[in-house]
Amino acid sequence: MATVAKSKPIKLDDVEPEMLKSNSLWSDAWRQFRKHKLAMIAVFVLFFIVAGVIIGPFFWTVDPEHIEITESYSGMTTIHPFGTDSLGRDTLARVMFGGRVSLAIGISAMLIAMFLGTLVGLLAGYYRSLDNILMRITDMFLSLPILPLLLVITLLFRDSLRKIFGPEMGIFILTVTIIGALGWMPTARLVRGEVLAVKGQEFVLAARSIGSPDYRILFGHILRNVFSPVIVAATFSIASAIITEAALSFLGLGFPPDFPTWGRLLFDGKDFLTITPALVIWPGLFISLTVLCVNFIGDGLRDALDPKMRK
Amino acid sequence: MSKFIIRRLLTAIPTLLVISFVVFAILELSPADPVGNLPLTIPPEVRAQIREKMGADDPFMVKYVKWVNQFMINEPLNILEETTGISIGNSEERLRYISWQTRSPIIDLVIQRLPQTLWVVGTSYLLAILIAVPIGVISAYKQYSIFDQVGTFLAMIGFSVPTFFTGLLFIIIFSVNLKWFPSVYDTTHKVSISDIDSVIFQLRQMFMPTAVLALFFTAQMSRFTRSSMLENLNQDYVRTARSKGLSEKYVVLKHVLRNSLIPVVTLIALGIPGIFQGAIITEQIFRVNGLGQLLIIAIQGGDLPTVQTLTFIFAVLIVFGNIAADIAYAILDPRVVYN
Repeated sequence: MATVAKSKPIKLDDVEPEMLKSNSLWSDAWRQFRKHKLAMIAVFVLFFIVAGVIIGPFFWTVDPEHIEITESYSGMTTIHPFGTDSLGRDTLARVMFGGRVSLAIGISAMLIAMFLGTLVGLLAGYYRSLDNILMRITDMFLSLPILPLLLVITLLFRDSLRKIFGPEMGIFILTVTIIGALGWMPTARLVRGEVLAVKGQEFVLAARSIGSPDYRILFGHILRNVFSPVIVAATFSIASAIITEAALSFLGLGFPPDFPTWGRLLFDGKDFLTITPALVIWPGLFISLTVLCVNFIGDGLRDALDPKMRK
Repeated sequence: MSKFIIRRLLTAIPTLLVISFVVFAILELSPADPVGNLPLTIPPEVRAQIREKMGADDPFMVKYVKWVNQFMINEPLNILEETTGISIGNSEERLRYISWQTRSPIIDLVIQRLPQTLWVVGTSYLLAILIAVPIGVISAYKQYSIFDQVGTFLAMIGFSVPTFFTGLLFIIIFSVNLKWFPSVYDTTHKVSISDIDSVIFQLRQMFMPTAVLALFFTAQMSRFTRSSMLENLNQDYVRTARSKGLSEKYVVLKHVLRNSLIPVVTLIALGIPGIFQGAIITEQIFRVNGLGQLLIIAIQGGDLPTVQTLTFIFAVLIVFGNIAADIAYAILDPRVVYN
């Protein structure tokens, strides 16, 4: 009996301050997330990229479209820190402008994909009668060759949308819509699985027994419980949308030439590799860094939000 | 088992029909004009006659049925005849599906382009599997070691950096600065085993496109292998095997690896259609005239029949990749109930 330690009454001073903090889902997740070093570094790097792209143009007031033929292909100088292209346009200004477009596309396409995916997943998981048909449709979409279809749809509907919304806005709407509309399927499957697991639990039964209507059970109770995997999926979906847009632009089917995005800058720069590789390296570096950061944050979020993943 | 395979193959038919309909419908809605590329000197009446002859003004469903008939019955028969030399029915009268740009049968174009794509894509995929599986296994076995941390970090980079950037970086480093490898793939180059120089040339020109694709697949697959290994390493049967006194090598390679490879094999099968799509970009960077480049040229030239055919071929690859994955899973994992 001597080996058993005597239980001391716990005094408030002995308790580590960590344990006294509020323990809501989000504060708990944040505490876990901070432990993921690479994800924290990624948050800072991404913050600088986003801030630079949004605020940068207010300080770096060079017009991205200003042509200065005499200064074409300049190397890294104090006037042009990132150099210039074949027409003497300032690469730094163009990369900042392009970043705004690329990030806007990534986020908007993600929102569309998440909205569609969550809606389909919720409905398929909750209503038995819809499950089969919705999942067949999901499987069908998953069998479509995404990149060729994206290319084809962009080519076919570019001109008609240009006429309605103008050259830039038309392409923006088109790109965002098709990337979103062809990217919702994994989320739908994920959400459906989660809903199936959650809907048998007591709190759903309780909600139903007090007469909550279906929409309140679905969007008020079940949606909240399947939200964390959706957030993780959303993060990865931003990364893939940015890459997809860049790939489209890189194949020459994205925005018009005088409207820089990161992918378009790569496409324009690839013909001058022997003269100034900087034209390719800067936009490429920013695409890669952004996607890398977003992926690391996604990894960190997954570890933080999924208690099963914790070490 | 064979029942399962047959049933699985039969379910592919409705899927393929729906996909073919979608692909056909999207392209039919397009404004591209089949006679748009003809010289402007042709008078409008002649132009109308050409359109009529081509069947460009037929109703939508008529066109679709014709297309399906041509694509799913006539062309496979043509391929069969060409490869075996047997003539089936009157093959002279059978219509070929013609490209608007080159005026040659599309299937012939595809057959011309296929070897280049297969060479680059196939080699890189094999290479990636050979590199990724050992890396994944070691990373998982020595979890949190330096090897694992460096490996996972590099995998994340390889996974995040898009192939169009790695491709251009490779050209800048290896082609522009070091001048080791040619940046343009020469398709006219003939390889003969007896001529060692031609083999070396082929290997040199294949290096960059293959390396770019292999890098991406390796990153993806090693991450997957690692997590699959980790899942198995903590299982009860591993402890049992160790407590029986089996050697560590035997436990890891015979017990854990075999079980961990089941999902990896599935991923490999599922990934095959994806690599053909990934090749679209790589072929564009290194000017490999494979299937991907054919698609891009056809899209830019508004060559609808070629675009339809290629998009549909990509869809067929996906559907059969999925079936292959299902079958591999059923064969490899006895726990899967497939009846």
